[in-house]
Amino acid sequence: MRNCRKISLLGALMLLLAGCRQDMHDQPRFKPLAESDFYADLRSARTPVEGTVARGQLHEDTYFYTGKIGNNPGDFMPFPVTEEVLARGRERFDIFCAPCHSRLGDGNGFVPSRGFPRKPPSYHSERLRKAPLGYFFDVISNGFGIMPDYASQIPARDRWCIIAYVRALQLSQNATMADVPSGEKVPSELPRFEEPGSGATLPVVEPKSANSAPEEPK
Amino acid sequence: MQIFHRSTNTISRATIFGAVFVVAALFWVAATVQRSPYVTYAGVARPQPAPFSHQHHVAGLGIDCRYCHTSVETSSFAGIPPTKTCMNCHSQIWTNAAMLEPVRESYRSGKSLVWNRVNDLPDFVYFNHSIHINKGVGCNTCHGPVDRMPLMYNYASLQMEWCLDCHRAPEKYLRPREQVFNMRYQEPSSSQPVLVDGQPYTDQLSLGMDLVKKYKLRTATDIMSCSTCHR
Ligand code: HEC
Ligand code: HEC
Ligand code: HEC
Ligand code: HEC
Ligand code: HEC
Ligand code: HEC
Repeated sequence: MRNCRKISLLGALMLLLAGCRQDMHDQPRFKPLAESDFYADLRSARTPVEGTVARGQLHEDTYFYTGKIGNNPGDFMPFPVTEEVLARGRERFDIFCAPCHSRLGDGNGFVPSRGFPRKPPSYHSERLRKAPLGYFFDVISNGFGIMPDYASQIPARDRWCIIAYVRALQLSQNATMADVPSGEKVPSELPRFEEPGSGATLPVVEPKSANSAPEEPK
Repeated sequence: MQIFHRSTNTISRATIFGAVFVVAALFWVAATVQRSPYVTYAGVARPQPAPFSHQHHVAGLGIDCRYCHTSVETSSFAGIPPTKTCMNCHSQIWTNAAMLEPVRESYRSGKSLVWNRVNDLPDFVYFNHSIHINKGVGCNTCHGPVDRMPLMYNYASLQMEWCLDCHRAPEKYLRPREQVFNMRYQEPSSSQPVLVDGQPYTDQLSLGMDLVKKYKLRTATDIMSCSTCHR
């Protein structure tokens, strides 16, 4: 009697074990970047067959995708620069370029100081201030010297936004009193920034206090 | 003849009464084990082919999440950086370090680095990063203090009750969109108000309620329905 009960208990436990199959947890489909044992290079993500063009990837507007007219870099934006474009450019610049070029574009970013053989040049040199917009597009897309290319990390439109912002940086770092419209005040102090710390790139203007409305940065 | 002594009556009553507690305790143990790191792996760092440190790259160097996880704002999948992204810097920095040898080897040979997954939902659950990012859920609400992780571990249990806790009342966690990537964001308090459109907020609920309206969140019933996640 005793044994019989033990055996049936064991049987019930075995049945429960059978419920532990993970078929629905690990379905035979690929999650992005998952390993595949079908292809020789073990990648489930495939590159398009050579000579084919994916939908929306036919780069008809060559200036937009190369920044060049013929073989020469062009010097105009392929779309109008709005406040939204500049804001996007600033955000993307702070993500992708600032680690090396610094937020000011003076080339004193943190990463090169950890061991690059040479630091990036300042954007505010005579030469780069005169460089056409298409030249910057080419540097981002194909790299330059020891600077890697960013073609796979930054889509074309964002590259143009970054370029618009770089131009704005160049103008702002070289502005004179004559550029200030009459009637506008130039703040005598920089607005106080609360560094966002890590991960985020947008600095937050420190609110003065909970009650008084904070001043907009000029 | 009496086999059992009289005191056994009390003992047997106590046992019947006690059994309730024993059963309850068993349930409690089962529930705790089910939620513990033994089952969910929360807080357990996984070994990786190269000892990539988020602490070093994020807090130390100030690199934004999107430098590497490029698709997090636009797709369901956050994206794991290809070897080329590491080589952007490591073709110049620490070029002889032994711990980076797997990275260089992968770059030379063109074979992918095989990172071990840390956060892994079962395949019958649909998850999407872009909607959470665009509606103001911060990376560290779900992934914890990534900027203090020398090796990646998962912070949350990733169990259904964890998802539902937020879907039931997202206003408890929402933050302004531009703060999503900020690992040191702090919930609004009277000493540290949070600014949205120039208006300072001092407590999470009023901020959350306004963001729910601003970002046009659907009602809790909509995002609580089973087909949101099991589709
Ligand atoms: C990993 C660090 C790094 C990042 C990130 C980086 N750069 Fe550079 N960049 C460099 C270095 C180093 C040079 C100098 C290259 C040389 O002299 O060989 C350089 C040079 C340049 C130049 C000057 C070319 C010239 O004619 O002198 C431009 C323009 C430039 N970078 C733009 C950008 C933009 C735009 C971004 C963001 C999309 C960016 N860089 C991101 C490191 C970086
Ligand atoms: C320099 C590139 C880089 C940056 C910057 C970066 N990551 Fe990562 N991240 C990686 C790599 C590589 C992995 C895969 C290895 C691992 O899991 O540690 C990873 C893995 C992760 C994972 C776990 C993935 C999984 O397997 O479940 C999370 C979560 C994550 N990163 C979040 C973040 C957040 C949040 C930030 C911004 C604060 C960030 N990362 C910044 C490169 C980066
Ligand atoms: C934007 C530049 C940059 C990128 C991109 C980058 N690293 Fe690094 N990494 C650094 C710097 C700078 C150091 C530290 C050098 C120092 O502190 O002197 C470092 C250090 C390291 C170290 C050793 C030191 C430590 O304590 O962690 C490892 C391992 C490493 N990186 C792996 C990676 C991997 C893997 C990737 C790709 C997912 C990657 N890195 C991408 C800049 C970068
Ligand atoms: C609402 C919670 C939540 C938020 C917010 C969130 N994640 Fe995730 N993350 C997850 C879950 C859940 C997974 C596991 C997905 C899976 O297994 O399919 C994951 C997986 C990942 C992975 C592994 C690759 C993948 O997509 O499966 C990376 C990398 C990652 N997250 C980075 C980030 C970054 C960077 C942010 C901030 C911009 C972020 N996550 C915000 C919940 C979140
Ligand atoms: C910290 C809060 C939070 C957590 C945790 C969270 N979510 Fe969400 N989730 C949201 C918010 C906010 C939305 C946007 C709702 C809206 O658009 O009205 C959302 C939307 C979604 C959507 C999109 C619905 C649609 O119809 O497009 C899916 C899918 C989803 N969540 C899955 C998950 C899963 C799976 C988990 C757990 C692994 C999870 N979420 C954890 C806050 C959260
Ligand atoms: C916010 C997203 C979300 C919603 C909404 C949701 N679930 Fe889930 N569900 C999950 C996640 C995530 C898991 C995986 C939990 C785990 O891995 O432990 C899960 C697991 C389950 C499981 C367990 C399967 C197993 O074998 O482990 C069942 C059953 C389930 N859900 C049913 C439901 C039902 C019924 C509803 C509607 C009332 C629902 N879910 C709504 C996210 C969700």
